[in-house]
Amino acid sequence: MVSRCSQPQPNLLMLDVSDLACRRGERLLFSGLSFQVPSETLLHVRGLNGSGKTTLLRALCGLLRADAGSIRWRGERIRDLAEDYNRDLLYFGHLNGIKADLTGLENLRIASTLDQDPADEDAIIEALSRIGLEGFEDLPTRMLSQGQKKRVALARLILSKAPLWILDEPFTALDVDAVDLLQQLIAEQVARGGSVILTTHQEVPLTSGAIQRLTLGAASDPISSESTESETRQRLPQGQLGHSC
Amino acid sequence: MLKVFYCVLSRDITLALRRRTDVLTTLFFFIIVVSLFPLGVGSEREQLRMLGPGVVWVAALLASMLALERLFAADYDDGTLEQLLLTGQPLALLVLGKVVAHWLLTGLPLVLIAPLVAMQYHLSGTAVWVMMAALALGTPVLSLIGAIGAALTLGLRGGGILLSLLILPLYVPVLVYGAGAVSVSAIEIADTQPYFYLLSAFLMGSALLAPLAAAAALRISLE
Repeated sequence: MVSRCSQPQPNLLMLDVSDLACRRGERLLFSGLSFQVPSETLLHVRGLNGSGKTTLLRALCGLLRADAGSIRWRGERIRDLAEDYNRDLLYFGHLNGIKADLTGLENLRIASTLDQDPADEDAIIEALSRIGLEGFEDLPTRMLSQGQKKRVALARLILSKAPLWILDEPFTALDVDAVDLLQQLIAEQVARGGSVILTTHQEVPLTSGAIQRLTLGAASDPISSESTESETRQRLPQGQLGHSC
Repeated sequence: MLKVFYCVLSRDITLALRRRTDVLTTLFFFIIVVSLFPLGVGSEREQLRMLGPGVVWVAALLASMLALERLFAADYDDGTLEQLLLTGQPLALLVLGKVVAHWLLTGLPLVLIAPLVAMQYHLSGTAVWVMMAALALGTPVLSLIGAIGAALTLGLRGGGILLSLLILPLYVPVLVYGAGAVSVSAIEIADTQPYFYLLSAFLMGSALLAPLAAAAALRISLE
């Protein structure tokens, strides 16, 4: 129960994916996908709509069973780790995962209690005000706008000590300020020695650490855009994937 | 462990209290179904006394069925169920918390209102007490078994009907022994104790196994 590691060792290989294949119904989304996500790394998953980005992220979370291949977290299969892996993970999906009938404060209190790392009331209020929801803590989230609801959900990132963040399109429905803040949070997480895997059409500037790019379903050369990357960014040679169906 | 269980429990109860209609519909459904029978079959005393136990139990079964669909559906729709799966807590424990909350909100009110509705069936005082005790032991079993079905049919089109087809046959033992206990005490032919032993055994068994099965079913449904 004490496996949570809030300060991971730098350059430790955290997530190791090998030969992964996923299929949705009849369609093979990707196969033979191998990559590694060390600490202090941002993995930016790109691809057209329907190329399997969300499926990949859900497989990495363990919500979805991959059809082939293995996903290892610090050397062990995530299926074997089960709850221990979940404790090291923060997933942010298409659905915000907040209850409309509860207030922002209650939502975050429940989320942090279940994360086995209860944040105190002040930390939650501080997180909410940092995300720009000061004065809205005690309103049921049903009364908030779409973007504000998303902010409530994103406040979990501020409270989180999980070393691995998996974020599915976190930037949609956010205004300019919130986008800035989210980019900052991601940069902080990477600088802390954590890893972030995300899908977005936005660029995420980092002050330290490395950016890897993975392009799903690219017809011709999936790594063509890598030449414009600065020296802190690594090429990701394993991203060659195609529509194999 | 207890903290996590209590967290889920209080969360679901808070949510339900903010959406009271869901709880009240189940309760009124139960009251109405039970009240329809005396109107339909006439007011002959002996006949009603024979019918009473069975009618109350069937109504309780249907009412708990009605409420089951919502057990996981709301959490599934807004993505909180996904988050519950990824909390790093034993999922069976979270499921148990949800089921207990569900029973407190939909099962317990039936137990408490049962003496009132039973008055229409001219049941004796002892029979009413036996009915309450049997319902108190039996309705949690309904919620626990129902959770498996609710988890399996999650996100399916027409899941409600499928849920009934899956779960109602599994309710039969509870119905037989629950209604049996009340009938036996109403006509005073035998001891009710064996019935209570059996109902308790059902409760123990389902409390142990149903959360595990429902947790496994949830993982499949969310794939």
